[in-house]
Amino acid sequence: MSSLLLIIIAGVLVNNLVMSQFLGICPFLGISKKTETAFGMGMAVTFVMVLASVITYLIRTYLLVPFSLEYMQTIAFILVIAVLVQTVEMVLKKVSRALYQALGVYLPLITTNCAVLGVAISNTTAVEGGYDLLQSAVNGLAGALGFTLALVAFAAIREKLAMNDLPKWMDGFPGALIAAGLMAVAFQGFAGLI
Amino acid sequence: MKKKKSMRSVFLNGIFGENPIFRMLLGMCPTLAVSTAVFQGIGMGLATTFVLVFSNLVIALLRNIIPDKVRIPAFIVVIATFVTIVDLMLKAFIPSLSQSLGIFIPLIVVNCIIFARAEAFASKNSVLLSVTDGLGMGLGFTVSITLLSACRELLGNGTLLGAQVMPETFQPMAIALRPPGGFIMLGILLLIINASSKAIVKRREAKAKEAEL
Repeated sequence: MSSLLLIIIAGVLVNNLVMSQFLGICPFLGISKKTETAFGMGMAVTFVMVLASVITYLIRTYLLVPFSLEYMQTIAFILVIAVLVQTVEMVLKKVSRALYQALGVYLPLITTNCAVLGVAISNTTAVEGGYDLLQSAVNGLAGALGFTLALVAFAAIREKLAMNDLPKWMDGFPGALIAAGLMAVAFQGFAGLI
Repeated sequence: MKKKKSMRSVFLNGIFGENPIFRMLLGMCPTLAVSTAVFQGIGMGLATTFVLVFSNLVIALLRNIIPDKVRIPAFIVVIATFVTIVDLMLKAFIPSLSQSLGIFIPLIVVNCIIFARAEAFASKNSVLLSVTDGLGMGLGFTVSITLLSACRELLGNGTLLGAQVMPETFQPMAIALRPPGGFIMLGILLLIINASSKAIVKRREAKAKEAEL
């Protein structure tokens, strides 16, 4: 139990995907102009990341390792994630219109979100022999929550920034990157937590 | 130039016009993550260049065979194949680099630059042009990531490629090597590059006006 708690704290705060591992920077910079869309993206990533963690664990344990195909890991994982994202999109469309409308636009963007593949790979390397099924799922959840936290917080900062009178040369990406840097300084404060 | 793309313009486009990092802001994750030392930056840049050139080559060869509907999974398989090759080669020949780049080697698969070039260029152009484009884009990426890592290594460690450059009295700024330093340094470089390219455009316009008069 305490090991699961450690995984959660590490995933959300200490080893935050965006702020300290540099995973998922593209959506972090691209979809952070409004808090609402940032939250929608965060939820979609959470959904996919937990599922992807579970499925890649199963693929690795029951398919790749028994047939000693570990070197196929990258290809297998990225294909599984691409298929998963497509399936989730189709299932959501049929089952829940409301959820589809909320998350649908973000789903295709998740295939190339390196955070999802990054978490799937780090599940296999984090400890000797990799996390077990429950730990993988929890790690996926924690990573995704950390991603959502960083994304929503950054979107809130950018909303404020947009209303301020920035010097013209700071407008757009340079200003956003420097703001992200200052936010990362704050996240550095969690470093001693574990 | 509009009618027929020349090799030269395609090659230079990757380095200047559409530089993946400073112009298109693609491939930010590996850029920020591995740019703490020049050696790592160059290694990452060259690994990405290798994958870009060969995936562009194969996709341009197959561009008339791959059906439009399944092109995205097909591209992913091609790219993942070359990433696996790079991963295994680095593990075998340069294990120290493979260790320090770590998870970011397999993550070349989801580097948006490679996918963007496959979709926007290689699937529409001839083999030779696509390879040139891959080479140009890859070198543009390598030059930019090397520039960023040189700034970070110099400020954070006082060294370049491991050799002491700054005087002994220089106090290294550890933050340049930490994640915040990556974001802030890239922001500052972007500022400088935006400002200077604006200045160049202005000067060119002024010259053109002068010539007209």
